[in-house]
Amino acid sequence: MANALVFIDNPGAALKKSSLELLTIARSLGETAVAFTGELNDDVAATLGAYGATTVYQPSVDDLDNYLVGPKAAYLAAAVAASGATAVLVDNSPEGKEIAGRLGIKLNAGVITDVVGVEADGTAHKSVLAGSYNTTAKATTPVTVLSVKANNVEPAPSGDATAPATAKVEVPADGLANSARIASRTEKPASGRPDLSEARIVVAGGRGVDGDFGPLEELADALGAAVGASRAATDAGWIGHDAQVGQTGVTVSPQLYISAGISGAIQQKAGMQTSKVIVAINKDAESPVFEIADYGIIGDLFKVLPQATAEIKKRKG
Amino acid sequence: MEETLKIVVLVKHVPDAQFDRHITGPGNTTDRDESILSELDEYALEAALQLAEERGGPKAGNEVIALSMGPSGAVNAVKKSLQIGAYSGVHLSDDALAGSDAAATSLALAAAIRHISADGRPVDLVLTGMASTDGETSLIPAQLAERLSFPQVTFASSLEVTGGQVSARRDAGAFSETVEAQLPAVVSVTDQINEPRYPNFKGILAAKKKKIASLSLADIGVDASQVGLAGSWTVVESAEARPPRTAGTIITDDGDAGIKLVDFLAAQKLL
Repeated sequence: MANALVFIDNPGAALKKSSLELLTIARSLGETAVAFTGELNDDVAATLGAYGATTVYQPSVDDLDNYLVGPKAAYLAAAVAASGATAVLVDNSPEGKEIAGRLGIKLNAGVITDVVGVEADGTAHKSVLAGSYNTTAKATTPVTVLSVKANNVEPAPSGDATAPATAKVEVPADGLANSARIASRTEKPASGRPDLSEARIVVAGGRGVDGDFGPLEELADALGAAVGASRAATDAGWIGHDAQVGQTGVTVSPQLYISAGISGAIQQKAGMQTSKVIVAINKDAESPVFEIADYGIIGDLFKVLPQATAEIKKRKG
Repeated sequence: MEETLKIVVLVKHVPDAQFDRHITGPGNTTDRDESILSELDEYALEAALQLAEERGGPKAGNEVIALSMGPSGAVNAVKKSLQIGAYSGVHLSDDALAGSDAAATSLALAAAIRHISADGRPVDLVLTGMASTDGETSLIPAQLAERLSFPQVTFASSLEVTGGQVSARRDAGAFSETVEAQLPAVVSVTDQINEPRYPNFKGILAAKKKKIASLSLADIGVDASQVGLAGSWTVVESAEARPPRTAGTIITDDGDAGIKLVDFLAAQKLL
Protein backbone atom coordinates (compact mmCIF):
# COMPACT_ATOMS: atom_id res chain seq x y z
CA MET A 1 0.00 0.00 0.00
CA ALA A 2 1.44 3.29 -1.08
CA ASN A 3 0.81 6.50 0.83
CA ALA A 4 1.39 8.86 -2.08
CA LEU A 5 0.82 8.56 -5.81
CA VAL A 6 2.64 10.88 -8.22
CA PHE A 7 1.20 11.40 -11.72
CA ILE A 8 3.92 11.66 -14.38
CA ASP A 9 2.58 12.33 -17.84
CA ASN A 10 4.69 11.49 -20.91
CA PRO A 11 8.15 12.56 -19.73
CA GLY A 12 9.93 11.17 -22.79
CA ALA A 13 13.62 10.40 -22.34
CA ALA A 14 14.15 12.21 -19.02
CA LEU A 15 12.07 13.35 -16.07
CA LYS A 16 11.40 17.06 -15.75
CA LYS A 17 12.68 18.85 -12.66
CA SER A 18 9.08 19.46 -11.57
CA SER A 19 8.45 15.67 -11.56
CA LEU A 20 11.56 15.13 -9.40
CA GLU A 21 10.18 17.77 -7.03
CA LEU A 22 6.84 15.91 -6.79
CA LEU A 23 8.67 12.64 -6.06
CA THR A 24 10.70 14.38 -3.35
CA ILE A 25 7.55 15.73 -1.68
CA ALA A 26 5.76 12.38 -2.04
CA ARG A 27 8.56 10.61 -0.15
CA SER A 28 8.00 12.93 2.81
CA LEU A 29 4.40 11.62 2.92
CA GLY A 30 5.37 7.94 2.95
CA GLU A 31 5.73 5.09 0.50
CA THR A 32 5.49 6.39 -3.04
CA ALA A 33 4.02 4.95 -6.23
CA VAL A 34 3.93 6.55 -9.67
CA ALA A 35 1.08 6.62 -12.18
CA PHE A 36 2.92 6.90 -15.46
CA THR A 37 1.85 7.50 -19.06
CA GLY A 38 3.86 7.16 -22.23
CA GLU A 39 6.88 5.01 -22.95
CA LEU A 40 8.83 4.05 -19.82
CA ASN A 41 12.44 4.61 -20.79
CA ASP A 42 15.08 2.57 -18.83
CA ASP A 43 16.80 5.72 -17.56
CA VAL A 44 13.49 7.15 -16.43
CA ALA A 45 12.61 3.91 -14.62
CA ALA A 46 16.00 4.01 -12.87
CA THR A 47 15.47 7.63 -11.83
CA LEU A 48 12.00 6.82 -10.48
CA GLY A 49 13.63 4.11 -8.36
CA ALA A 50 16.36 6.46 -7.20
CA TYR A 51 13.68 8.90 -6.06
CA GLY A 52 11.94 6.26 -4.00
CA ALA A 53 9.13 5.00 -6.22
CA THR A 54 8.32 1.42 -5.27
CA THR A 55 5.70 0.76 -7.97
CA VAL A 56 5.20 2.31 -11.38
CA TYR A 57 1.68 1.94 -12.78
CA GLN A 58 1.02 2.14 -16.51
CA PRO A 59 -2.34 2.37 -18.32
CA SER A 60 -3.83 -0.59 -20.18
CA VAL A 61 -4.46 1.59 -23.24
CA ASP A 62 -2.02 3.88 -24.98
CA ASP A 63 -4.25 6.46 -26.64
CA LEU A 64 -4.92 8.67 -23.60
CA ASP A 65 -3.14 11.53 -25.35
CA ASN A 66 -5.79 11.65 -28.07
CA TYR A 67 -8.28 13.13 -25.61
CA LEU A 68 -8.47 16.10 -23.26
CA VAL A 69 -7.89 15.12 -19.60
CA GLY A 70 -11.00 12.94 -19.07
CA PRO A 71 -9.37 9.56 -19.71
CA LYS A 72 -6.23 10.55 -17.81
CA ALA A 73 -8.38 11.37 -14.79
CA ALA A 74 -10.15 8.00 -15.17
CA TYR A 75 -6.78 6.22 -15.37
CA LEU A 76 -5.46 8.07 -12.35
CA ALA A 77 -8.58 7.18 -10.33
CA ALA A 78 -7.99 3.50 -11.18
CA ALA A 79 -4.32 3.86 -10.15
CA VAL A 80 -5.35 5.41 -6.82
CA ALA A 81 -7.58 2.38 -6.21
CA ALA A 82 -4.77 -0.02 -7.19
CA SER A 83 -2.14 1.68 -5.01
CA GLY A 84 -4.33 2.55 -2.03
CA ALA A 85 -2.64 5.97 -1.91
CA THR A 86 -4.23 8.66 0.24
CA ALA A 87 -2.39 11.59 -1.35
CA VAL A 88 -2.16 12.23 -5.09
CA LEU A 89 0.36 14.73 -6.45
CA VAL A 90 0.14 16.27 -9.92
CA ASP A 91 1.95 19.19 -11.48
CA ASN A 92 0.30 22.61 -11.45
CA SER A 93 -0.01 23.03 -15.23
CA PRO A 94 -3.49 23.87 -16.55
CA GLU A 95 -3.85 20.23 -17.60
CA GLY A 96 -2.55 18.99 -14.24
CA LYS A 97 -5.12 21.09 -12.41
CA GLU A 98 -7.96 19.86 -14.62
CA ILE A 99 -6.99 16.24 -14.11
CA ALA A 100 -6.86 16.95 -10.37
CA GLY A 101 -10.32 18.55 -10.55
CA ARG A 102 -11.97 15.63 -12.34
CA LEU A 103 -10.13 13.11 -10.17
CA GLY A 104 -11.43 14.87 -7.05
CA ILE A 105 -15.04 14.40 -8.17
CA LYS A 106 -14.43 10.74 -9.14
CA LEU A 107 -12.91 9.96 -5.73
CA ASN A 108 -14.99 12.31 -3.56
CA ALA A 109 -11.64 13.83 -2.65
CA GLY A 110 -10.70 17.39 -1.75
CA VAL A 111 -8.48 19.12 -4.31
CA ILE A 112 -5.99 21.83 -3.44
CA THR A 113 -4.29 23.66 -6.31
CA ASP A 114 -1.31 26.04 -6.53
CA VAL A 115 0.37 24.31 -3.59
CA VAL A 116 3.83 25.57 -2.63
CA GLY A 117 4.51 23.25 0.31
CA VAL A 118 3.12 20.07 1.87
CA GLU A 119 3.49 18.92 5.47
CA ALA A 120 3.77 15.25 6.45
CA ASP A 121 0.09 15.18 7.53
CA GLY A 122 -1.04 16.49 4.13
CA THR A 123 -1.59 20.11 5.16
CA ALA A 124 -0.88 22.25 2.11
CA HIS A 125 0.53 25.75 1.94
CA LYS A 126 -0.46 28.10 -0.82
CA SER A 127 -0.45 31.72 -1.76
CA VAL A 128 -3.73 33.31 -2.86
CA LEU A 129 -5.18 36.59 -4.13
CA ALA A 130 -2.15 37.19 -6.33
CA GLY A 131 0.33 36.57 -3.55
CA SER A 132 -1.29 38.88 -0.98
CA TYR A 133 -2.21 36.03 1.44
CA ASN A 134 -0.50 32.84 2.55
CA THR A 135 -2.97 30.14 3.50
CA THR A 136 -2.90 26.61 4.81
CA ALA A 137 -5.57 24.24 3.59
CA LYS A 138 -6.42 20.63 4.21
CA ALA A 139 -8.72 18.10 2.63
CA THR A 140 -11.37 16.67 4.97
CA THR A 141 -11.71 13.55 2.80
CA PRO A 142 -9.87 10.18 2.99
CA VAL A 143 -7.92 11.02 -0.19
CA THR A 144 -6.27 14.38 -0.90
CA VAL A 145 -5.41 15.61 -4.41
CA LEU A 146 -2.72 18.27 -4.63
CA SER A 147 -1.40 20.19 -7.63
CA VAL A 148 2.02 21.50 -6.72
CA LYS A 149 3.84 24.51 -8.18
CA ALA A 150 7.37 24.06 -9.45
CA ASN A 151 10.51 25.46 -7.76
CA ASN A 152 9.43 25.07 -4.16
CA VAL A 153 11.55 22.11 -3.07
CA GLU A 154 15.05 20.99 -3.99
CA PRO A 155 14.79 17.58 -5.72
CA ALA A 156 16.76 14.91 -3.83
CA PRO A 157 17.13 11.17 -4.51
CA SER A 158 16.19 8.85 -1.66
CA GLY A 159 19.65 7.40 -1.05
CA ASP A 160 18.58 3.76 -1.22
CA ALA A 161 17.57 3.18 -4.82
CA THR A 162 15.67 0.07 -5.78
CA ALA A 163 14.19 -0.92 -9.11
CA PRO A 164 10.46 -0.19 -8.92
CA ALA A 165 7.92 -2.89 -9.74
CA THR A 166 5.67 -2.19 -12.70
CA ALA A 167 1.95 -2.91 -12.95
CA LYS A 168 -0.77 -2.31 -15.51
CA VAL A 169 -3.92 -0.46 -14.57
CA GLU A 170 -7.14 -1.04 -16.49
CA VAL A 171 -8.52 2.26 -17.83
CA PRO A 172 -12.31 2.20 -17.45
CA ALA A 173 -14.13 2.34 -20.78
CA ASP A 174 -16.28 5.25 -19.67
CA GLY A 175 -13.10 7.29 -19.31
CA LEU A 176 -12.92 7.73 -23.06
CA ALA A 177 -16.61 8.46 -23.52
CA ASN A 178 -17.74 12.01 -22.85
CA SER A 179 -14.28 13.39 -23.51
CA ALA A 180 -13.16 15.93 -26.06
CA ARG A 181 -10.98 14.41 -28.75
CA ILE A 182 -7.84 16.06 -30.07
CA ALA A 183 -8.41 16.36 -33.82
CA SER A 184 -5.01 17.79 -34.66
CA ARG A 185 -1.91 18.84 -32.82
CA THR A 186 1.20 20.71 -33.88
CA GLU A 187 4.24 21.17 -31.71
CA LYS A 188 5.31 24.78 -31.41
CA PRO A 189 8.89 25.59 -32.33
CA ALA A 190 11.06 25.18 -29.22
CA SER A 191 12.95 28.27 -28.12
CA GLY A 192 15.63 26.24 -26.33
CA ARG A 193 14.89 28.30 -23.21
CA PRO A 194 13.40 26.87 -20.03
CA ASP A 195 9.65 26.59 -19.73
CA LEU A 196 8.27 29.88 -18.38
CA SER A 197 6.15 28.32 -15.63
CA GLU A 198 9.10 26.34 -14.26
CA ALA A 199 12.01 28.70 -14.93
CA ARG A 200 14.28 29.62 -12.02
CA ILE A 201 14.86 33.02 -13.61
CA VAL A 202 12.44 35.07 -15.72
CA VAL A 203 13.36 38.14 -17.76
CA ALA A 204 10.12 39.97 -18.59
CA GLY A 205 9.47 42.97 -20.82
CA GLY A 206 6.60 45.42 -21.17
CA ARG A 207 5.60 48.54 -23.04
CA GLY A 208 9.07 50.05 -22.57
CA VAL A 209 10.58 47.35 -24.78
CA ASP A 210 8.92 49.11 -27.72
CA GLY A 211 8.81 46.07 -29.97
CA ASP A 212 12.38 44.84 -29.48
CA PHE A 213 12.78 41.82 -27.18
CA GLY A 214 16.35 41.21 -28.50
CA PRO A 215 18.23 42.58 -25.47
CA LEU A 216 15.94 40.62 -23.11
CA GLU A 217 16.46 37.39 -25.02
CA GLU A 218 20.25 37.84 -24.93
CA LEU A 219 20.23 38.46 -21.19
CA ALA A 220 17.89 35.49 -20.69
CA ASP A 221 20.25 33.22 -22.61
CA ALA A 222 23.25 34.41 -20.59
CA LEU A 223 21.32 33.63 -17.36
CA GLY A 224 19.63 30.43 -18.56
CA ALA A 225 16.31 32.21 -18.05
CA ALA A 226 12.87 32.19 -19.66
CA VAL A 227 11.49 35.29 -21.38
CA GLY A 228 8.16 36.68 -20.20
CA ALA A 229 6.05 39.68 -21.12
CA SER A 230 3.31 41.94 -19.82
CA ARG A 231 -0.09 41.88 -21.45
CA ALA A 232 0.66 45.22 -23.13
CA ALA A 233 3.61 43.63 -24.93
CA THR A 234 1.73 40.51 -26.04
CA ASP A 235 -1.35 42.54 -27.10
CA ALA A 236 0.98 44.71 -29.21
CA GLY A 237 2.10 41.51 -30.98
CA TRP A 238 5.77 41.98 -30.04
CA ILE A 239 5.95 38.48 -28.57
CA GLY A 240 3.64 35.43 -28.49
CA HIS A 241 0.79 35.25 -26.01
CA ASP A 242 2.50 32.19 -24.48
CA ALA A 243 4.99 34.59 -22.91
CA GLN A 244 2.36 36.52 -20.97
CA VAL A 245 2.95 36.50 -17.25
CA GLY A 246 0.23 37.20 -14.72
CA GLN A 247 -3.41 36.67 -14.02
CA THR A 248 -4.50 35.88 -17.58
CA GLY A 249 -1.23 34.30 -18.60
CA VAL A 250 1.37 32.07 -17.01
CA THR A 251 1.73 32.18 -13.24
CA VAL A 252 5.38 32.31 -12.22
CA SER A 253 7.22 32.35 -8.91
CA PRO A 254 10.88 32.18 -9.85
CA GLN A 255 13.97 32.75 -7.73
CA LEU A 256 14.68 35.90 -9.76
CA TYR A 257 12.32 38.07 -11.79
CA ILE A 258 13.88 40.79 -13.92
CA SER A 259 11.26 43.30 -15.05
CA ALA A 260 12.36 45.57 -17.92
CA GLY A 261 10.21 48.40 -19.22
CA ILE A 262 7.19 47.28 -17.18
CA SER A 263 5.50 50.05 -15.19
CA GLY A 264 4.05 47.71 -12.59
CA ALA A 265 0.37 48.63 -12.59
CA ILE A 266 -1.43 46.69 -9.88
CA GLN A 267 -2.26 43.58 -11.96
CA GLN A 268 1.31 43.36 -13.27
CA LYS A 269 2.69 43.72 -9.77
CA ALA A 270 0.38 40.90 -8.69
CA GLY A 271 1.93 38.63 -11.32
CA MET A 272 5.44 39.02 -9.89
CA GLN A 273 4.74 39.32 -6.13
CA THR A 274 5.72 35.76 -5.26
CA SER A 275 9.11 35.91 -6.98
CA LYS A 276 11.92 35.57 -4.44
CA VAL A 277 13.99 38.47 -5.80
CA ILE A 278 12.67 41.22 -8.06
CA VAL A 279 14.88 43.46 -10.20
CA ALA A 280 13.24 46.35 -12.07
CA ILE A 281 14.63 48.50 -14.85
CA ASN A 282 12.55 51.44 -16.02
CA LYS A 283 13.21 54.94 -17.35
CA ASP A 284 10.39 56.38 -15.29
CA ALA A 285 11.44 56.85 -11.66
CA GLU A 286 7.74 57.06 -10.68
CA SER A 287 6.90 53.55 -11.93
CA PRO A 288 5.00 51.57 -9.26
CA VAL A 289 7.26 48.57 -9.91
CA PHE A 290 10.01 50.30 -7.91
CA GLU A 291 7.82 50.00 -4.78
CA ILE A 292 8.30 46.21 -4.78
CA ALA A 293 11.72 45.81 -6.41
CA ASP A 294 14.61 44.48 -4.33
CA TYR A 295 16.94 46.18 -6.78
CA GLY A 296 15.71 49.00 -9.02
CA ILE A 297 17.54 50.75 -11.81
CA ILE A 298 16.21 54.03 -13.18
CA GLY A 299 17.63 53.89 -16.66
CA ASP A 300 17.34 52.84 -20.30
CA LEU A 301 16.91 49.08 -20.65
CA PHE A 302 18.58 49.22 -24.08
CA LYS A 303 21.79 50.37 -22.33
CA VAL A 304 21.52 48.48 -19.02
CA LEU A 305 20.59 45.01 -20.33
CA PRO A 306 23.34 44.64 -22.99
CA GLN A 307 25.91 45.87 -20.48
CA ALA A 308 24.74 43.32 -17.92
CA THR A 309 24.75 40.56 -20.56
CA ALA A 310 28.33 41.38 -21.58
CA GLU A 311 29.43 41.47 -17.93
CA ILE A 312 27.84 38.07 -17.18
CA LYS A 313 29.55 36.53 -20.22
CA LYS A 314 32.86 38.06 -19.14
CA ARG A 315 32.58 36.68 -15.59
CA LYS A 316 31.49 33.28 -16.75
CA GLY A 317 34.48 33.29 -19.11
CA MET B 1 -29.57 28.03 -40.90
CA GLU B 2 -27.70 26.52 -37.99
CA GLU B 3 -29.55 24.79 -35.19
CA THR B 4 -30.42 27.14 -32.34
CA LEU B 5 -28.54 26.93 -29.06
CA LYS B 6 -29.33 27.15 -25.39
CA ILE B 7 -26.19 28.50 -23.74
CA VAL B 8 -25.52 29.05 -20.04
CA VAL B 9 -22.66 31.43 -19.25
CA LEU B 10 -21.21 31.23 -15.73
CA VAL B 11 -20.58 34.72 -14.38
CA LYS B 12 -18.93 35.42 -11.05
CA HIS B 13 -19.05 38.43 -8.80
CA VAL B 14 -15.47 38.88 -7.59
CA PRO B 15 -13.53 41.40 -5.54
CA ASP B 16 -12.10 44.12 -7.78
CA ALA B 17 -8.37 43.44 -8.21
CA GLN B 18 -7.80 47.20 -8.44
CA PHE B 19 -8.20 47.37 -4.66
CA ASP B 20 -6.64 45.44 -1.80
CA ARG B 21 -8.49 42.16 -1.31
CA HIS B 22 -9.10 40.53 2.05
CA ILE B 23 -9.81 37.14 3.55
CA THR B 24 -12.17 37.20 6.53
CA GLY B 25 -14.48 35.20 8.77
CA PRO B 26 -14.44 31.74 10.29
CA GLY B 27 -14.20 29.96 6.92
CA ASN B 28 -11.36 32.20 5.72
CA THR B 29 -13.38 33.31 2.72
CA THR B 30 -12.81 36.27 0.47
CA ASP B 31 -14.44 39.57 1.42
CA ARG B 32 -16.87 40.44 -1.40
CA ASP B 33 -17.31 44.17 -0.87
CA GLU B 34 -16.12 46.21 -3.88
CA SER B 35 -16.97 43.34 -6.21
CA ILE B 36 -17.46 43.36 -9.99
CA LEU B 37 -18.21 40.93 -12.81
CA SER B 38 -15.05 38.82 -13.18
CA GLU B 39 -13.24 40.29 -16.18
CA LEU B 40 -12.47 36.88 -17.67
CA ASP B 41 -16.19 35.98 -17.76
CA GLU B 42 -16.83 38.78 -20.27
CA TYR B 43 -14.99 36.74 -22.94
CA ALA B 44 -17.29 33.78 -22.32
CA LEU B 45 -20.36 36.01 -22.52
CA GLU B 46 -19.14 37.58 -25.77
CA ALA B 47 -18.49 34.11 -27.23
CA ALA B 48 -22.03 33.05 -26.27
CA LEU B 49 -23.59 36.17 -27.78
CA GLN B 50 -21.67 35.67 -31.04
CA LEU B 51 -22.77 32.02 -31.31
CA ALA B 52 -26.40 33.02 -30.66
CA GLU B 53 -26.29 35.97 -33.08
CA GLU B 54 -24.88 33.79 -35.87
CA ARG B 55 -28.06 31.73 -35.44
CA GLY B 56 -30.50 34.62 -35.50
CA GLY B 57 -30.39 35.70 -31.86
CA PRO B 58 -33.30 35.48 -29.43
CA LYS B 59 -35.97 35.80 -32.14
CA ALA B 60 -34.82 32.54 -33.70
CA GLY B 61 -35.11 30.81 -30.33
CA ASN B 62 -31.53 30.96 -29.09
CA GLU B 63 -30.96 31.43 -25.39
CA VAL B 64 -28.03 33.05 -23.59
CA ILE B 65 -28.53 32.69 -19.85
CA ALA B 66 -26.12 34.31 -17.38
CA LEU B 67 -25.88 32.14 -14.25
CA SER B 68 -24.26 33.36 -11.06
CA MET B 69 -24.00 31.66 -7.70
CA GLY B 70 -23.35 33.82 -4.67
CA PRO B 71 -24.82 36.04 -1.97
CA SER B 72 -27.28 38.87 -2.70
CA GLY B 73 -24.57 41.09 -4.23
CA ALA B 74 -23.79 38.45 -6.87
CA VAL B 75 -26.98 39.43 -8.67
CA ASN B 76 -24.97 42.44 -9.88
CA ALA B 77 -22.83 40.12 -12.03
CA VAL B 78 -26.07 38.87 -13.64
CA LYS B 79 -27.38 42.44 -14.11
CA LYS B 80 -24.12 43.53 -15.74
CA SER B 81 -24.28 40.49 -18.04
CA LEU B 82 -27.83 41.43 -19.06
CA GLN B 83 -26.65 44.98 -19.82
CA ILE B 84 -23.87 43.59 -21.98
CA GLY B 85 -26.38 41.44 -23.84
CA ALA B 86 -27.29 38.16 -22.10
CA TYR B 87 -30.95 37.37 -22.81
CA SER B 88 -31.92 36.30 -19.31
CA GLY B 89 -30.34 35.63 -15.93
CA VAL B 90 -30.36 33.16 -13.09
CA HIS B 91 -29.14 33.93 -9.60
CA LEU B 92 -28.51 30.94 -7.36
CA SER B 93 -28.38 32.17 -3.81
CA ASP B 94 -28.71 30.53 -0.43
CA ASP B 95 -27.10 31.22 2.93
CA ALA B 96 -25.98 27.60 3.06
CA LEU B 97 -23.76 28.11 -0.01
CA ALA B 98 -21.33 30.42 1.82
CA GLY B 99 -17.81 29.02 1.97
CA SER B 100 -18.31 26.38 -0.74
CA ASP B 101 -15.05 25.04 -2.20
CA ALA B 102 -14.76 24.07 -5.87
CA ALA B 103 -16.29 20.62 -5.29
CA ALA B 104 -19.35 22.04 -3.50
CA THR B 105 -19.63 24.91 -5.99
CA SER B 106 -19.54 22.52 -8.94
CA LEU B 107 -22.21 20.36 -7.26
CA ALA B 108 -24.55 23.34 -6.86
CA LEU B 109 -23.86 24.67 -10.36
CA ALA B 110 -24.43 21.25 -11.91
CA ALA B 111 -27.79 21.04 -10.10
CA ALA B 112 -28.68 24.56 -11.30
CA ILE B 113 -27.83 23.61 -14.90
CA ARG B 114 -29.98 20.47 -14.63
CA HIS B 115 -32.78 22.70 -13.31
CA ILE B 116 -32.34 25.10 -16.27
CA SER B 117 -32.46 22.06 -18.58
CA ALA B 118 -35.64 20.77 -16.95
CA ASP B 119 -37.98 23.17 -18.78
CA GLY B 120 -38.07 20.74 -21.70
CA ARG B 121 -35.12 22.24 -23.50
CA PRO B 122 -31.71 20.92 -22.39
CA VAL B 123 -28.69 23.17 -22.17
CA ASP B 124 -26.37 22.69 -25.17
CA LEU B 125 -23.34 24.57 -23.98
CA VAL B 126 -21.96 25.85 -20.69
CA LEU B 127 -19.43 28.62 -21.26
CA THR B 128 -17.01 29.90 -18.63
CA GLY B 129 -13.96 32.12 -18.39
CA MET B 130 -10.53 30.48 -18.12
CA ALA B 131 -10.45 31.13 -14.36
CA SER B 132 -12.13 33.39 -11.86
CA THR B 133 -10.06 36.40 -10.91
CA ASP B 134 -10.34 35.61 -7.20
CA GLY B 135 -9.93 31.90 -6.42
CA GLU B 136 -8.07 31.23 -9.68
CA THR B 137 -8.19 27.49 -9.14
CA SER B 138 -9.53 26.83 -12.71
CA LEU B 139 -11.22 23.74 -11.24
CA ILE B 140 -14.85 24.62 -11.91
CA PRO B 141 -15.06 23.83 -15.65
CA ALA B 142 -13.43 20.40 -15.14
CA GLN B 143 -15.42 19.54 -12.02
CA LEU B 144 -18.68 20.73 -13.53
CA ALA B 145 -18.04 18.65 -16.66
CA GLU B 146 -17.29 15.59 -14.52
CA ARG B 147 -20.49 16.09 -12.49
CA LEU B 148 -22.65 16.55 -15.60
CA SER B 149 -20.85 13.79 -17.57
CA PHE B 150 -20.22 16.38 -20.31
CA PRO B 151 -16.99 16.59 -22.26
CA GLN B 152 -14.91 19.62 -21.34
CA VAL B 153 -13.03 21.83 -23.76
CA THR B 154 -10.84 24.26 -21.88
CA PHE B 155 -8.74 27.30 -22.79
CA ALA B 156 -10.42 27.72 -26.16
CA SER B 157 -8.95 30.57 -28.18
CA SER B 158 -11.50 30.07 -30.94
CA LEU B 159 -14.81 28.27 -30.98
CA GLU B 160 -17.21 26.92 -33.58
CA VAL B 161 -20.40 24.93 -33.17
CA THR B 162 -21.77 22.94 -36.11
CA GLY B 163 -23.90 19.85 -36.38
CA GLY B 164 -24.10 19.23 -32.66
CA GLN B 165 -20.36 19.37 -32.30
CA VAL B 166 -18.06 21.99 -30.79
CA SER B 167 -14.64 22.56 -32.29
CA ALA B 168 -12.03 24.74 -30.61
CA ARG B 169 -8.45 25.83 -30.95
CA ARG B 170 -6.13 25.75 -27.97
CA ASP B 171 -2.70 27.28 -27.83
CA ALA B 172 -1.69 26.50 -24.26
CA GLY B 173 1.60 24.77 -23.57
CA ALA B 174 3.98 23.30 -26.11
CA PHE B 175 1.27 22.43 -28.66
CA SER B 176 -1.36 24.11 -30.80
CA GLU B 177 -4.39 21.85 -30.87
CA THR B 178 -7.79 21.58 -32.45
CA VAL B 179 -10.20 19.69 -30.24
CA GLU B 180 -13.70 18.40 -30.88
CA ALA B 181 -16.51 17.30 -28.63
CA GLN B 182 -20.17 16.44 -28.91
CA LEU B 183 -22.75 18.75 -27.36
CA PRO B 184 -23.70 19.20 -24.59
CA ALA B 185 -20.28 20.38 -23.45
CA VAL B 186 -18.55 22.65 -20.97
CA VAL B 187 -16.19 25.10 -22.68
CA SER B 188 -13.83 27.59 -21.04
CA VAL B 189 -12.41 30.39 -23.16
CA THR B 190 -9.26 32.49 -22.89
CA ASP B 191 -8.91 36.24 -23.19
CA GLN B 192 -7.62 35.72 -26.74
CA ILE B 193 -10.93 34.55 -28.16
CA ASN B 194 -12.62 37.89 -28.78
CA GLU B 195 -13.03 41.55 -27.82
CA PRO B 196 -15.91 41.72 -25.34
CA ARG B 197 -18.49 44.43 -26.08
CA TYR B 198 -19.36 47.13 -23.58
CA PRO B 199 -22.89 47.80 -22.37
CA ASN B 200 -24.37 50.76 -24.24
CA PHE B 201 -27.29 52.99 -23.23
CA LYS B 202 -29.75 50.86 -25.17
CA GLY B 203 -28.41 47.71 -23.54
CA ILE B 204 -28.70 49.21 -20.07
CA LEU B 205 -32.33 50.19 -20.69
CA ALA B 206 -33.15 46.82 -22.25
CA ALA B 207 -31.61 44.98 -19.29
CA LYS B 208 -34.28 46.39 -16.98
CA LYS B 209 -36.94 44.41 -18.84
CA LYS B 210 -35.02 41.13 -18.86
CA LYS B 211 -35.88 38.38 -16.40
CA ILE B 212 -33.67 37.22 -13.55
CA ALA B 213 -34.83 33.97 -11.98
CA SER B 214 -33.87 33.50 -8.33
CA LEU B 215 -33.09 29.95 -7.31
CA SER B 216 -32.57 28.56 -3.81
CA LEU B 217 -31.09 25.20 -2.87
CA ALA B 218 -34.61 23.79 -2.48
CA ASP B 219 -35.41 24.80 -6.08
CA ILE B 220 -32.47 22.79 -7.42
CA GLY B 221 -32.90 19.84 -5.09
CA VAL B 222 -29.65 20.23 -3.17
CA ASP B 223 -29.43 19.69 0.56
CA ALA B 224 -27.66 22.32 2.68
CA SER B 225 -25.26 19.65 3.98
CA GLN B 226 -23.91 19.09 0.43
CA VAL B 227 -22.63 22.65 0.01
CA GLY B 228 -21.03 25.49 1.94
CA LEU B 229 -18.41 24.74 4.56
CA ALA B 230 -20.37 21.59 5.53
CA GLY B 231 -20.27 20.13 2.01
CA SER B 232 -16.74 21.21 1.10
CA TRP B 233 -13.99 18.64 0.86
CA THR B 234 -11.27 21.13 1.69
CA VAL B 235 -10.94 23.57 4.54
CA VAL B 236 -8.80 26.68 4.72
CA GLU B 237 -7.28 26.41 8.17
CA SER B 238 -5.46 29.71 8.28
CA ALA B 239 -4.89 32.79 6.18
CA GLU B 240 -2.26 35.39 6.82
CA ALA B 241 -1.77 38.59 4.90
CA ARG B 242 1.67 38.46 3.36
CA PRO B 243 3.80 41.36 4.54
CA PRO B 244 3.85 43.88 1.69
CA ARG B 245 7.05 43.88 -0.32
CA THR B 246 9.16 46.87 0.42
CA ALA B 247 11.39 48.73 -1.98
CA GLY B 248 15.05 47.77 -1.85
CA THR B 249 17.98 49.63 -3.36
CA ILE B 250 17.12 52.00 -6.19
CA ILE B 251 19.93 53.43 -8.31
CA THR B 252 20.00 55.76 -11.30
CA ASP B 253 22.08 54.59 -14.25
CA ASP B 254 25.32 56.57 -14.52
CA GLY B 255 26.66 54.37 -17.28
CA ASP B 256 27.55 51.33 -15.17
CA ALA B 257 24.16 50.13 -13.91
CA GLY B 258 24.46 46.90 -15.93
CA ILE B 259 27.67 46.03 -14.08
CA LYS B 260 26.15 46.97 -10.72
CA LEU B 261 23.21 44.73 -11.55
CA VAL B 262 25.56 41.79 -12.12
CA ASP B 263 27.28 42.59 -8.80
CA PHE B 264 23.87 42.47 -7.11
CA LEU B 265 22.99 39.13 -8.75
CA ALA B 266 26.37 37.68 -7.77
CA ALA B 267 25.89 38.84 -4.16
CA GLN B 268 22.45 37.14 -4.14
CA LYS B 269 24.05 33.96 -5.57
CA LEU B 270 21.77 34.17 -8.60
CA LEU B 271 24.39 33.92 -11.35
